[in-house]
Amino acid sequence: MLTADGLRQLLAEKLQALYVHVEDESHRHAGHGGGQQGSGGHYRVQVVSPLFTGKTSLQRHRLVYAALAEEMGQSIHALALQTYSPEERPDLGSIEGKMAAPVG
Amino acid sequence: MLDPLLEEKIREQIRTHKVLIYMKGTPEMPQCGFSYTAVRILDSLGFPYTAINVLEDPEIRQGIKVFSNWPTIPQIYINGQFIGGCDILQEMHARNELRPLVEAAFAQADSQP
Repeated sequence: MLTADGLRQLLAEKLQALYVHVEDESHRHAGHGGGQQGSGGHYRVQVVSPLFTGKTSLQRHRLVYAALAEEMGQSIHALALQTYSPEERPDLGSIEGKMAAPVG
Repeated sequence: MLDPLLEEKIREQIRTHKVLIYMKGTPEMPQCGFSYTAVRILDSLGFPYTAINVLEDPEIRQGIKVFSNWPTIPQIYINGQFIGGCDILQEMHARNELRPLVEAAFAQADSQP
């Protein structure tokens, strides 16, 4: 079972994210099913990653989906995405992402 | 892999519609919040668009994800070009990038012999 924290960690690692914020909105969709194999979570995600620099939103979202390929349609039913390069959001510190990033 | 006939069907849908959305439900009765948001944005532009309800066609529902290499619905195509999903449509609309794209699609159609 994927948790919001697990999702945050996954994105921080795979996208070298400086900041990841995950809101679990699953409760707002209780009872409305996702896939046949049970509905996964609904998440709202903000990511700041250097990998996004110079890329369009389309390319950025593809990177996120690729990082979550195994989860999409399984443990993740819906994902609202906001993607930023570090240059676009210097205000978003590296607090959350770094905490979740692997050491060493 | 995508069945060649299905791929051709999707290609044809995209080629023959200036503004096309693959969605859950219909513009009148969207069955998902993201599809709802997307059609309301398209509505606001005042140009005609075509909606394909993937809930009525399981083949297209899976096929379009493979075709676009994009795991979620809705998906929006303008002038044969993949735009993305609801979030990207919203972003482009907020930046006033969406209307020019749609206008260009229709202007191009008019100038063709």
